[in-house]
Amino acid sequence: MERCRLVFSGSGGQGVITAAIILAESAVIYEGLVAVQSQSYGPEARGGATRSDIIISESEIFFPKVTQPNVLVCLTQEAYNKFYTIPRPGGILITDSHYVETWKKVDSRQIELPLYQSVIKEIGKPIVLNIAMLGAVIKITHLVKPESIMKTLETRINPEFLSMNQTALELGMNLAEDYAMEWIGGH
Amino acid sequence: MAIKDWIRERFFPHIWCPGCGHGMVLNALLHTFESLGISKNEIVMVSGIGCSSRISGYVDVHTLHTIHGRALAFATGVKMSRPDLNVIVPMGDGDALAIGGNHFIHSARRNININAIVMNNRVYGMTGGQYSPLSGYGTLATTAPFINIDHAFDISRLSMAAGATFVARTTTYHTKQMSELFKEAILHEGFSVVEVLTQCPTYFGRKNKAGNAVEMIKSFKNNTTQIGSKAKEQNPDLIERGIFLQKDLPEYSREYDKVIERAKTKKR
Amino acid sequence: MTGTLKFVQGNEACVEGALYAGLQFFAGYPITPSTEIAETLASKLPQIGGKFIQMEDEIASMCAIIGASLTGSKSMTATSGPGFSLMQEALGYAIMAEIPCVIANVQRGGPSTGLPTKVAQGDVMQARWGTHGDHAIVVLTASNNQDVFNITIEAFNVAETYRTPVILLFDEVVAHMRERLTVPEKNEIPLVERLQTSVKEGVDYHPYLPREDGRLPMSDFGGVHRYNVTGLYHDMWGFPTATPAIVDGLIHHLTDKIRNNVHVITKFKEYYLEDSSTVLISYGSAARSALHHVLNRRKRGENIGLIELQTLWPFHGELIREKCKNARLIVVVEMNLGQLYRQVKMAVDRPERVFLANRVDGVFITPTDIKNMLRLIQGRGV
Repeated sequence: MERCRLVFSGSGGQGVITAAIILAESAVIYEGLVAVQSQSYGPEARGGATRSDIIISESEIFFPKVTQPNVLVCLTQEAYNKFYTIPRPGGILITDSHYVETWKKVDSRQIELPLYQSVIKEIGKPIVLNIAMLGAVIKITHLVKPESIMKTLETRINPEFLSMNQTALELGMNLAEDYAMEWIGGH
Repeated sequence: MAIKDWIRERFFPHIWCPGCGHGMVLNALLHTFESLGISKNEIVMVSGIGCSSRISGYVDVHTLHTIHGRALAFATGVKMSRPDLNVIVPMGDGDALAIGGNHFIHSARRNININAIVMNNRVYGMTGGQYSPLSGYGTLATTAPFINIDHAFDISRLSMAAGATFVARTTTYHTKQMSELFKEAILHEGFSVVEVLTQCPTYFGRKNKAGNAVEMIKSFKNNTTQIGSKAKEQNPDLIERGIFLQKDLPEYSREYDKVIERAKTKKR
Repeated sequence: MTGTLKFVQGNEACVEGALYAGLQFFAGYPITPSTEIAETLASKLPQIGGKFIQMEDEIASMCAIIGASLTGSKSMTATSGPGFSLMQEALGYAIMAEIPCVIANVQRGGPSTGLPTKVAQGDVMQARWGTHGDHAIVVLTASNNQDVFNITIEAFNVAETYRTPVILLFDEVVAHMRERLTVPEKNEIPLVERLQTSVKEGVDYHPYLPREDGRLPMSDFGGVHRYNVTGLYHDMWGFPTATPAIVDGLIHHLTDKIRNNVHVITKFKEYYLEDSSTVLISYGSAARSALHHVLNRRKRGENIGLIELQTLWPFHGELIREKCKNARLIVVVEMNLGQLYRQVKMAVDRPERVFLANRVDGVFITPTDIKNMLRLIQGRGV
């Protein structure tokens, strides 16, 4: 990874922005990497398709937005319909199979994961869907270690919810086991 | 200390017209300071723009002559930063209640320990006689050459409704009462308003055929009465003088100490 | 650099800088995209015994910080375009009465309510000329969190040194973007504390009599020296006057103390200017895209460089002229209709070589935008 650009999308309340911040913060604070996270603001950012951009890099980042992500995550159909064209050629498009029906004519490598169903089945709390998604993303991309995500979570959430989040993170990682990549990102 | 030790003689003569009531307010205020026995260094006077606002410059305390209508906002900064200081804000009726009306009601709402003195002469004097929000229906002014159709505020009721915890009214005829009310107001912990009916013979008086300064002052004697007096029952048109409201409620800059305390112990 | 590593928004980096500089008092009114500054300070200031107050509007906020500053507290407010407009009269008061304070304006699209959540850099001229009358002003900006932190400290230092309000002109992209920030250990960055008068109690203190170096030692309200502060032209006692000689002296003192120190106040960064035939000039978030483009083209052997201005006002025209003297193309990259562009045009020897690469539709200007505009300017087509 020299530089990896990601876009997390979904609907308000799914925690995609929180997941983006946790990922970028983990990269900066615990992995010594450079990262930038941004999101769209305003009334239009509530409801509809929420989006957050993350760039994680081994060198300084100047332009902070993502136009063509290496990794796109869509947690709703609306987000998928809106953004499925934006990944750069050879990029990865991760979707949740409960929420998103994918098109076949898409240039990206599509990875459909039963994140929502597994979270409901194993944990019973949809609130940790975003952390399961994050587990899948780090398993596929190796951007940061799961321990780094957990350390960040420790500073952000109530201790009594930590083990539930750990379970969700591992659940996501397990679901993505077969899709781990050799190399992600570009220069 | 002699009364004259409270003024900055270097800056006299003052700018006010002969017969103006503002000098009488200044005089009463100096007597108040004298009787309170507080140090000059503990007093900050903050004023805005207008004839009345020049009062601060003549007093030998810390004086902040600011912009039109915003004196209370400046004073809020002073008081929050140094709650131990006595902050007094003399204002004209236009300064306090037209351009500064929003700051007036919000200062009252917070109940911050600032003493607002509204010198109500019912006219914009410095700009030459335009109607103010206290001129009242039927008066004349350079900007109401035919008749003024604006109704006046009742400063006391407005102040009470907005949350002030000390509200009083007097006139330039009643100089002793004025000084006493100033003293009560300064000693009060919370936002206090003292309205002083004062004369502007030059503009309001001439325009409205209210007579010269002496006649205007006499009208304050004849047209006002002490709160709750028998005279008021017989003549409801009389304007009441005295303390309308005096109650103890938590004061803002002291309340903020609680915020600090909670923040330091991370209580929410 | 040693210190505490954080991952925060630009607005929080501004807060960290302000607290590092010794901020004690904040008054403000909520407005996008600056609100996080107020929210963060509402939490952090009382923890260190400082004061936060949410006022009834931006006018009151600006006035309150002036009042607090007079009593000796380092003070600031934060706002965006519409609120900044409301602050202009009191800003002029702070200039006239020489009261140190800091105003952060996180720019969004204007005029009027405009684009509250979108980026723009349209307040460059409002910051310069928003308040009435001839005056000098210091306006600083930055493009990344570390610089936002540093320039915020610098704003407090300049405010105290010259006894003047200082404006921090940030923008939505820098304010909302999260990236790393290292907060250095205490004392690592020098701080300027208020110059207090050495005049003893009982001896005449002239609050508005500058020293020979132009600096004005202060006595805090509540201290042993009682004096008058006014927005009227005033004499050395702070008392109103219309005496022409005194008025003339004061207006020149107020403007000269900034203008004569333009070389000290000016902060900027330069990239590859030695051999550049094309020089980009940019500031704030736009400078990130400009630098991204410069690095891209450098890899391809193009002689292109960048001046990133951190001090917009006073504008250091001489510096721009000197740095651009060998450039064949000078392109100002900003998100407005050419507010700094005109200033650059006036500064350089060959104004016909100055062009504007901009974007004003609420979308952050991209390196591709800059590339395309440059190709047109260079006559190479898109």
